[in-house]
Amino acid sequence: MKRIAYYQGCSLEGLASEYDISTRAVCDALGIELIEIPDWNCCGSSPAHSADPLLSSALAGRNLAIAEAEGCDVVMTPCPGCLKSLKGALETCHDPQQCDAFREILGMPFEGRIRAISVLELLYKDVGVDALRAQVQKPYADQVIVPYYGCLLTRPPKFADFDDPENPVSMDRLLEAVGVTVPDFPYKTECCGATYGVTRNDIVGKLTGRILDMALRVGAEAVAVACPLCQQNLDLRQAQVNRHMNRTFDLPVVYITQVIGIALGIAPKELGLDKLFVNADFLLRSAREEEPQAKTIG
Amino acid sequence: MRIGVFVCQCGTNIAGTVDTQEVARRAGNLPDVAYATSYMYTCSEPGQQEIQRAIREKNLQGVVVAACSPRMHEPTFRRAVERAGLNRFMFEMANIREHVSWINNDREANTRKAAELVEMAVAKLRFNQPLFSSQISVNKRVMVIGGGVAGIQAALDCSDGGLDVVLVERKSSIGGKMAQLDKTFPTVDCSSCILGPKMVDVVQKDNITLHAASEVESISGYVGNFTVEVRKKATYVDWTACTGCGACIEKCPSRKVPDVFNENLANARAINIPFPQAIPKKATINRDYCLHFTKGKCGTCQKVCPTGAVNYEMQDEIVTEQVGAIIVATGYDLFDASVYGEYGGGRYADVISGIQYERILSASGPFGGHIKRPSDGKEPKDIVFIACVGSRDASVGRPYCSGVCCMYIAKQAILTRDHLPDTRVWVFYMDIRAPGKNYDEFVRRAQEEYGVQYIRGRVGKVYPKGDRMVVQGNDTLLGVQVEVEADLVVLATGIEASAGARELAEKLRISYDQYGFYMESHPKLRPVETNTAGVYLAGVCQGPKDIPSSVAMGSAAAAKVQALFSRDTIETNPQVALVNERVCISCGKCIQVCPFGAIQWKELRGGIRKAEVLPSVCQGCGLCNATCPPKAIQLQHATDNQILAEVNALCA
Repeated sequence: MKRIAYYQGCSLEGLASEYDISTRAVCDALGIELIEIPDWNCCGSSPAHSADPLLSSALAGRNLAIAEAEGCDVVMTPCPGCLKSLKGALETCHDPQQCDAFREILGMPFEGRIRAISVLELLYKDVGVDALRAQVQKPYADQVIVPYYGCLLTRPPKFADFDDPENPVSMDRLLEAVGVTVPDFPYKTECCGATYGVTRNDIVGKLTGRILDMALRVGAEAVAVACPLCQQNLDLRQAQVNRHMNRTFDLPVVYITQVIGIALGIAPKELGLDKLFVNADFLLRSAREEEPQAKTIG
Repeated sequence: MRIGVFVCQCGTNIAGTVDTQEVARRAGNLPDVAYATSYMYTCSEPGQQEIQRAIREKNLQGVVVAACSPRMHEPTFRRAVERAGLNRFMFEMANIREHVSWINNDREANTRKAAELVEMAVAKLRFNQPLFSSQISVNKRVMVIGGGVAGIQAALDCSDGGLDVVLVERKSSIGGKMAQLDKTFPTVDCSSCILGPKMVDVVQKDNITLHAASEVESISGYVGNFTVEVRKKATYVDWTACTGCGACIEKCPSRKVPDVFNENLANARAINIPFPQAIPKKATINRDYCLHFTKGKCGTCQKVCPTGAVNYEMQDEIVTEQVGAIIVATGYDLFDASVYGEYGGGRYADVISGIQYERILSASGPFGGHIKRPSDGKEPKDIVFIACVGSRDASVGRPYCSGVCCMYIAKQAILTRDHLPDTRVWVFYMDIRAPGKNYDEFVRRAQEEYGVQYIRGRVGKVYPKGDRMVVQGNDTLLGVQVEVEADLVVLATGIEASAGARELAEKLRISYDQYGFYMESHPKLRPVETNTAGVYLAGVCQGPKDIPSSVAMGSAAAAKVQALFSRDTIETNPQVALVNERVCISCGKCIQVCPFGAIQWKELRGGIRKAEVLPSVCQGCGLCNATCPPKAIQLQHATDNQILAEVNALCA
C-alpha cells in the first residue's frame, strides 16, 4: 500500500466534508494509505498571505515539516487553495533569499524534499487513467458530465506545473475512464466568482450562471469539480444564481472523487452524496429509461 | 623585450568606472614595460598613430592595448602594429570594458582588476613569438543551403557574378514559404508570379547545381576549402527520366495523404509533385503512404510512367561537394498554435493558422481560391483574426515580435473583403507593427477603405456555439469585454526557428541564440557574416523578417562571397598546434582527441613515428595541447608557457 500524507484543510472539515470522505474512500479503494498529518494547522489561507507572505509560508510549512517527519515524501490535499499555500511554502524554502528566515520562524527541521499534489494530480499522474479504468466496478451507463477546473488547479502555470493551464484535460480523462460521457466544455476554466460569494453574490450569480448555462447547452447532466469553493458557488448558491439570472437551474455539482467513488463500487452514503444541495442521484442510474433528447449548443 | 602599454578610456565607457591613468601608471612598473599611457579613443586614427609613433620612438618590440573585447578590434590593432613594423602576434589585448567597466560600478575594484588584466597581458606578451601565415588557394564555388526566396536570391546573384553555385534544398521543390503565399504585402502582387521566374532562372543557369530533396550531412574544412557531404534522399523516382507529366499522380490509389504544401487542408497522393510551379517539377514517393511500401502490393505508378522513371529500389545517395564559402538560408517554421489551449487551434476545424488561410485564398489552393471554411465548405460571413499567436509572449517562450503578422493579417483581411465584400472581418491585436515602406498606409487602408474592425486587446477564449465559433476578448481602448461570433477564426501564428536549425548550426560550427536563430557576427556592422569565416547568413534563419529584407540579405550574402572570392588566395591563421618532435613520445593521444582530423603520423628515418599537425586543417582548439603527456604539442600563441605566465601574474 502506498503511503502518502493527507492534508485536509478547513473547508473539508466543514462545508466540503463530502469531499473529504469521498477522497478518503476513493484512496482506500485504490490502495493508497492516507496518513493524516498529526496536529495539522491552518495553511494560512487568504488572510495570512495578505498580511505577511512569510508567515503564510511558515504556517503551511509546519504541516509539511510534520509530514516529512512522518516519513512521507508526498503530501496530497484536495483543496486547490491549500495546495497553493503548501507549494508556496516549498518555494520559499528553496529560495536562497528567504530560506533562513523561513526556517527560523518554522523552528523545526525541514528539508523541503516533500512533493505537494492535488487529489486530481494523485489520480491522474500517480495512479493513472489506465490503472483507474482497471479498478472500475460499476462503469457509468450514459451519464453526461462536464468537468469544471476553476482557476487555481492549473494556474499560475509555472507554480501549478500540472495540465494545460488554458485547456486542462486531466478531469476529462478521469471521467472518461469511469465511463462518463464528457462533452467539450468551453467554460472549464472560467471564473466562478470565488470569494465574491460573501460580499457580492450578484457577481457570483452572474458568473456561475454562465457556467451552469454553458454546461446545460453542451448537454451535461452535472458538473464535476475538484475545488470546495467552486462547488460551493455552483451548488450551494444555485438558488441565488436562479434569483439573479431568472433561471431554474437544477444541475448537480459533484466532486470528482464522488463520481469516481460510485464507479469503484463505493456506497453513496460513504461518498457523502446526500450532502450535496442539488440532488445527484442520477449518478446511480443504470440506464436512461427514455431516449435522451438531442441537445446541442446554440 | 621592450613593451608599450596603451590603456583606452573609450570616452567614458571605460574611464567612467576605471581610473585609466592609474592602470597605465601601474603598468609602467611592470618588467619589460618601456612605455605606458592612457588615451581617449585608442581605436581611432590618431589613437593608432599614437601606438605607431611610440613603437618607432621607444623602439617597442611588443604592444598591449587594454580596451574592449578583442572580438571587434584585435584585428584593427594587429594591423596597426604591423604597419609600424612589428609582427602582428607581438600584440596582446586586455578586455577592461566588457569584463570590467560595463559590469561593475566600484571604481577602486575596477581599477585593481583592470591593472591585473593588463599585468596578465604583459606577462603573456613576454613569451610571444612572431608567427607567420601562409597563403592557401580559394575554391571559388559557393554552396547555398536552403532554396527559399533568400537562398534563391543569393544563388542567382552569385551565379550572375560568374560563380559556380551549389543549391541544396531539403524539400522536393525550391520556393520555400513564399511559394505557399497567395499575395504579398503591401502591393498585393501575386507571390508565385514574382517568385516563379526566379525559381525558373535557378534551373536554367548553367552554373547552378540544384540538389533538391537533399540535406547537408556533414561539413569539414575551412574558409576557401569546405568539403560538404550532401545526402540526396531517395525519391523513388529517377529525376533524370521524370518529365513531370503527372500520369503517376492521377493513377495513384493512395489518396488520403496529408497535403503538406496545402497545410493539410487537402489530400494529396502518395506519389506527388507539391505544386504546379514546382522546381524541379519532379515526382516524389512518400514511403509512409505508398501502398507498395506499406502493403507491398501496388505498382501502379511504375506501370503508368511513360519514361520508366519509378524505381522502388532507390537508396539515399551521398554526394561530396567542394566549395569555398557557404550561404545559410534555411528559413523558419511557424509556431504551433495548439500550444494555446484557449484558442482551440488543432481542436476545432474552423480555427486555422495564417498560412492555412493563405492556402485557402490561393487559386492553386485546396478550394481553388474560393474562401470556404474547412469544416463544412461553407462561405464564412464573419471572420476573426487573432494577432500575436506565438509572438511577444514570454509565457510560451516567444518574447520576440515575428515582424510580419500585422502585415499579413491586413493583407488577408483586405483580400477577404475583395473576394467576399459582404464578409465582416475583425482583428484582435496588441499593437500594429508596420514599420516598412508603405506598410502603415497599407494597414490604414484595411481599416479605412476596407472597413476591417480592429479591436485592441487579447482574446481569452474561443469556443464553438452551434456551427459557429465564439471569440471572447477584451477591447482595451473601450475597457469592455467583447464577444464576437465568427464562422472562421484565423490565428496569426508567429515565426520560430526551423526545426533542424540547431543541428545544422553544429555541423557548420556557427552559433545560434536561445530561440534557435543563427547569430550574426555583429548585430549592426556584420549582419550577414557568422563567426565562422566563409559562412554567411541570409533570410529568416537569422531572425524574423519579411520578403524584401530576406531578398536584400540574400544579395548581401552573395556580395560578401564575391568579395571573398575576388582574391585567389587567403591567409591561413598561424594560431595552430605545432609538434616538438624531440619531445614527442609517439603515444598518439593527440591523434585520438583531435575533432578535426588535423593530426597524423609522420615517419622519420629509421621508421620512427612522430605526430604531425596539418596547419590548414587545425582549428586551434587546443585539445591536443591539453592532452599531450610530455607537452610536446603546443598551440601557438596559447602555449603552456604563455598561459602559465598569465596565471602566475594573476596569482602573484
